[in-house]
Amino acid sequence: MATATGLESLVDQMISVITNDGRNIVGVLKGFDQATNIILDESHERVFSTKEGVQQHVLGLYIIRGDNIGVIGELDEELDASLDLSKLRAHPLKPVVH
Amino acid sequence: MLFFSYFKDLVGQEVTVELKNDLAIRGTLHSVDQYLNIKLENTKVVDQDKYPHMLSVRNCFIRGSVVRYVQLPKDGVDVDLLHDAARREARGG
Repeated sequence: MATATGLESLVDQMISVITNDGRNIVGVLKGFDQATNIILDESHERVFSTKEGVQQHVLGLYIIRGDNIGVIGELDEELDASLDLSKLRAHPLKPVVH
Repeated sequence: MLFFSYFKDLVGQEVTVELKNDLAIRGTLHSVDQYLNIKLENTKVVDQDKYPHMLSVRNCFIRGSVVRYVQLPKDGVDVDLLHDAARREARGG
């Protein structure tokens, strides 16, 4: 049945989280619950700007509250490795407005 | 309950989900749950030049609370059936 949209299949995988305030945080999913609270290991934030390449800020082990989560993407590590982050220019994502 | 059942029937179709932060993601509907959280496969962000943030993401989980619209193929919906079901749900539900 198409009813189990769990995050189980993403556990121990590298994921990219887009938070409601427009941040992009990458890390390894270690756990989650029904409220979509998640535990992210080895996490770092990718800051996009129009003036310089993507900056990465190391964060470590994080718990992100489900309230604040928009998208959880499964990172294709091969694809990600082929990206030249220093060349990417973009406006930061907008915050979520309900 | 109605829209949950409706989305279950749409699994396998290509949809575009527009989020409340204006990001739009196109992909194949993989699954949905009671919160209308959506899992998409083979995803591509609609304006990739403007939003390169998810270039290396091919499958994603979208939290229901952050969805603004789910854009469907025109013939993906039996509008009359949905209309009837909605009327019944509004009356009884």
